Amino acid sequence: MSILDVRDLSVDYLTEDGVALHAVENLSLRVERGCSLGLVGESGCGKTTVMMGLLRLLPEEGRIVNGQVLFDGKDLLQRSEAEMRKVRWREISMVFQGAMNALNPVRTIESQIVEALLLHHIVNDGQAARRRAGELLELVGIPATRGSQYPHQYSGGMRQRAVIAMALACNPRVLIADEPTTALDVMIQAQILELLERLQADLNLALVLVTHDLGMVAEMCADVLVMYGGVAAEYASSDVIFNNPQHPYTQRLLQAFPDLEEPGSTLASIPGTPPRLDDLPPGCRFEPRCQCEWREAICAHRPPPLVEIEPGHRVACHWAARMV
Amino acid sequence: MGVIGALMLLLVVSVAVFAPWVAPYDPYERVQVTPEQILTPPDPQHLLGRDDAGKDVLSQLIYGSRVSLTVGFTASFMAMVIGTTVGLVAGYFGGRIGNVLMRVVDFLMVIPELPLMLVIIAVMGRGLLNIILVIGLLGWTYTARLVRSQVLSVKERQFVLRARSVGASSVRIMTRHIFPQVLPLVIAQAVLDISVAILAESTLAFLGLGDPTLVSWGNMLNFAFERGMSRRAWWFLLPPGFAIVWVSLSLVLIGNTLDEIVNPRLRTHHLFDPRRMIAPTLAVRPAQEREATEPT
Repeated sequence: MSILDVRDLSVDYLTEDGVALHAVENLSLRVERGCSLGLVGESGCGKTTVMMGLLRLLPEEGRIVNGQVLFDGKDLLQRSEAEMRKVRWREISMVFQGAMNALNPVRTIESQIVEALLLHHIVNDGQAARRRAGELLELVGIPATRGSQYPHQYSGGMRQRAVIAMALACNPRVLIADEPTTALDVMIQAQILELLERLQADLNLALVLVTHDLGMVAEMCADVLVMYGGVAAEYASSDVIFNNPQHPYTQRLLQAFPDLEEPGSTLASIPGTPPRLDDLPPGCRFEPRCQCEWREAICAHRPPPLVEIEPGHRVACHWAARMV
Repeated sequence: MGVIGALMLLLVVSVAVFAPWVAPYDPYERVQVTPEQILTPPDPQHLLGRDDAGKDVLSQLIYGSRVSLTVGFTASFMAMVIGTTVGLVAGYFGGRIGNVLMRVVDFLMVIPELPLMLVIIAVMGRGLLNIILVIGLLGWTYTARLVRSQVLSVKERQFVLRARSVGASSVRIMTRHIFPQVLPLVIAQAVLDISVAILAESTLAFLGLGDPTLVSWGNMLNFAFERGMSRRAWWFLLPPGFAIVWVSLSLVLIGNTLDEIVNPRLRTHHLFDPRRMIAPTLAVRPAQEREATEPT
């Protein structure tokens, strides 16, 4: 049984005039214990919404209209808010996008880690909690003595590591890392990745990595889910995604990254922008930007279903489905 | 400026605390006076003269500071607590709860405060406690608005979301994560509120609604005014007025400085430093030019 199994999750955002915008539609993903999944896609394609949705932390305007989030076989969407509070952080924790913002500027790093420990009764006295906070900081390579400092006294990379330490406070089984390396320079990115990789192996974490960075996914994740405009475009093992992509969007996305073997080749860009949520194309969401030579009339009219074209390789594309 | 204000306030507070030692006479003591002893101008025994009952004005002034400060501090503390709570709840929960609370605030804000206080005190009686309650219960609206507006922005920050996902309850998020962010503003506002409360107390007393059993600055003004002393005995009228100004000024100086410290945007921008100004300001334009442009 997978530790995290999201089935047909759909999230709407309600505008002020009561119009529902379909931010995420029928998204399914599955993470095995101790494995990792990469969630990639352009900004605004619903990656963070999916993660917030499965933790039930959507903003007020967000509605989960459909689907199941099975954690260890039990549906999180059926839980009460109080039960949910126990699951969050204790079982599924999250490294938030932008470390500076995720830390309260007027409280020490230590006190913010201690808060999680005490709230979940991992330890019950302050002394032990502080000791554990120190251990967690050491685990991510920050001297325990620096726990009594404030976020502004940390460097960017340290803050990110502190946020990771915080996420690990309650020994979660699933860790969601939402763009853990944005706004960090390449060296620090590499450090953070190494850290995540090490922690994942040591603590047997199931890791969901939300990112723009395909290189990071290639390095770390067993499976990759490519999202476009709120739906899944392609879902397969990272080996397949990088070596045999079938969805035109995945193909273009990969062409947009430099290839070490062909340093002289020019990088392709995908003309156009992702669809606006209030103006989604009726057919395939990628159709307006798709330059695939086999594009046909049906692409503009009917949304392609996610089809398993070979074991473990799902694609939402009329053309790719026909090729099987 | 803040330091000057603090020193000014310190002086008043220490005088109020040590009133029995500082004051030359006890204003609550019954005195037997002869007609020659009333309303005497200042002399070495009575530095600020005597009032219409033959009592020492300086001693009354000193004891009066106790009432003013008590009312000022307790009422503004009350206002601070109520205002912060309402502001936090209204800002954090928003929606219907927030709307209802803010309409209550609007409602209290549009009612002219002074007449309302007068009516309430007239009905409830003129005790010190009633005066404190009235000032405190009517003075929290601005703090509530201020706190709410801050909370609205702070609660959208990501650490609040993180705290929620850690499992913190709403109360915990409000008290531990959001409150510390708005506290500096609240304190600055509370200091300014003290002077408002002191002024309100003096106004009530001046209008004859102060606690009649206590010597307060407002009461002194009231007696002096009612007995038509403004022309005849300045030493009876001026000192309490001056004392009120002194305390209010000191608090405003402190409050503004605190405000500037906690709200750096209020500090003048370096480009507005007069030494760096390139364009001449209105004030330094030549006189003829000003006359030419301004209608007479």
